[in-house]
Amino acid sequence: MAVQFLAPESLQNLLTVLEASGYQVMGPQLSEGAIVYDHINDVADLPRGIETLQKPGSYKLQQTSSTRFFNWANGPAALKPLLYKARQALWSCEQVAQAVNGGFVFKDLVPQAVPTAVIGVRPCDIAAMLIQDEHFIQSEYCDPYYKAERDALFTVAVNCSSCAETCFCASTGDGPSLDDGYDLLMDELDSGFLIRAGSTKGEQVLKKLPVTAASEDLTAMAAEQSAHAAEKQKRYLLDENMHANLFSQLDNRRWHDIAERCLSCGNCTSVCPTCFCHRETEQAELDGQSTRHFREWSSCFNADHSVMHGHSLRDSSELRYRQWMLHKLGSWIYQYGRSGCVGCGRCIAWCPAGIDFPAEANAISGEVELWEA
Amino acid sequence: MTTSTKKPRVSVHKFASCSGCQLAFINMGENLIKLTELVDIVHFAEAGPLGPDDEVDISFIEGSITTPHDVERLEKIREKSTFVITVGACATSGGIQALKNNADSDVWMRSIYAKPEYISSLSTSAAIKNHVKVDFELWGCPVDVKQMLAVVRQLLYGVAPLDINEKVCQECKRKNTVCIMVTKGEPCMGPVTRTGCGALCPSFGAPCYACYGPAENSNVKLLGERFIGLGLDQNVVKRKFLSIHNATPAFAEAKLLWSDTEGAQQ
Ligand code: SF4
Ligand code: SF4
Ligand code: SF4
Repeated sequence: MAVQFLAPESLQNLLTVLEASGYQVMGPQLSEGAIVYDHINDVADLPRGIETLQKPGSYKLQQTSSTRFFNWANGPAALKPLLYKARQALWSCEQVAQAVNGGFVFKDLVPQAVPTAVIGVRPCDIAAMLIQDEHFIQSEYCDPYYKAERDALFTVAVNCSSCAETCFCASTGDGPSLDDGYDLLMDELDSGFLIRAGSTKGEQVLKKLPVTAASEDLTAMAAEQSAHAAEKQKRYLLDENMHANLFSQLDNRRWHDIAERCLSCGNCTSVCPTCFCHRETEQAELDGQSTRHFREWSSCFNADHSVMHGHSLRDSSELRYRQWMLHKLGSWIYQYGRSGCVGCGRCIAWCPAGIDFPAEANAISGEVELWEA
Repeated sequence: MTTSTKKPRVSVHKFASCSGCQLAFINMGENLIKLTELVDIVHFAEAGPLGPDDEVDISFIEGSITTPHDVERLEKIREKSTFVITVGACATSGGIQALKNNADSDVWMRSIYAKPEYISSLSTSAAIKNHVKVDFELWGCPVDVKQMLAVVRQLLYGVAPLDINEKVCQECKRKNTVCIMVTKGEPCMGPVTRTGCGALCPSFGAPCYACYGPAENSNVKLLGERFIGLGLDQNVVKRKFLSIHNATPAFAEAKLLWSDTEGAQQ
């Protein structure tokens, strides 16, 4: 199906059709001073006219006179918390009287995922999801917990028309407009939405919407809008040989300099939509008869991330920051054929210390020119 | 740990403290009954059983050491216990009362009490580990009962208790709580504070108070400078660190880093 046009007053139909198709619908909303994905059934709850002002260590919302629903850049969480749960029970074990298997009964706790449609997904979030898909389900070991949630997910992505100061997806090739990986994709224009399907599921939903064929003028306008958004991005990540550059700089003084400014809090890795490190923990009942085994988000900024035989190999922020950057921008390329950064800028805005990840990466690779005076 | 089939023996002792951690113990509800089926509680004055000098497998110790008599009592407890666990800020780091370590306690005593000669007290409030060997520390003001039970369970299984020393921010993010330092400029202690509370305060929009003390690898200097950048006075910044866990080496650094603009006694 070609590109279609959806009038602004028909946006509610999208929510209704998704609900009628059996999805719980989630969408961007204002909560605690940020844009977060939460349950939604009325377009009136969308952050209309809101823009996000994002700077190193700072995130603010601004009400504008715009009537657009998706004029903000992004919030603290991408799709990651919906697919790769922050805390996931993996299996349980119970001790029973019978002597089968030594008296232990193990149960897999793969979730019964609720079919979920998310509207207002950003292009960089889809790019990050495709990276996590590769990690969790396309590798040798398929992760059934992630897969259950992923199979139940329907995405309605919206190309970005307004980027934040922290965005640099244009330089990583992951935005501000999207090529694939979505179920439905929209462009928001002042006159309404352009909408297209990227999957069979998406086509089925699109068929039920009150759409008309989009004019060439409108599609040209949308393309121009995306190009304009890309041009406005001032941050960028050098991509020529970034991994080789970084690995040749293991002893660079700058790692030490960053460590003095870094809190080793791991907020950057938690908000990063591609980071997947975790720890596993055991939660036993007090009577000792049963236990549940959990996986929870962890970070290369935690001491236990690098413990071997009771000793933490990366015992300083210097080594931890280096690990985070070298993996994300360096060895990730050997693992997955691309860098682990989609340019969403979350690690910049949500770093309480305001450390600028791409600026540091460029500086370590020899490019010291900065975007801020 | 004992290898016999006898139930492990447990005691709960108190030194200088508000008793809040013992209350947390008593308030654990149904699990307290379950616990008494698994272990023999031989001493727990606040709850009833008295046997302060009995030999035990595990001693939980609440409170800091502030008198010469405390020191004697603590040494005896250590001798009679296989495994010593400190519970709470007072026992683990000296508590809020360790602020007296920065003052001249004799002067205070003479200025407050009519007959200071009746009082026998040390000039400092010290953590248990400053006097005897401690096998495991449970941080928090007060401690989290879930953590306490997990430690008991791990010891009953015969394994060393797991120490999670990451920062509060990690739990904040796992809970999907929006960071109030980044959105509202709130001076949150989360980035230097040990997790354990489940990032309780930030989830209600309040900045972390550092109840669980310093996390490992804490950058106190940078966070303090960040607070000053957010508009806090040096003195306020200093007080944020010199609070519940003022006697920990990490937070005590604040005394050297920021001057006392109000001229309060050092
Ligand atoms: S490294 Fe930073 S900018 Fe890149 S994807 Fe992760 S959070 Fe986004
Ligand atoms: S770079 Fe920022 S967010 Fe990441 S660990 Fe350091 S201080 Fe925390
Ligand atoms: S609110 Fe506090 S604890 Fe939570 S992420 Fe922000 S700085 Fe860390």
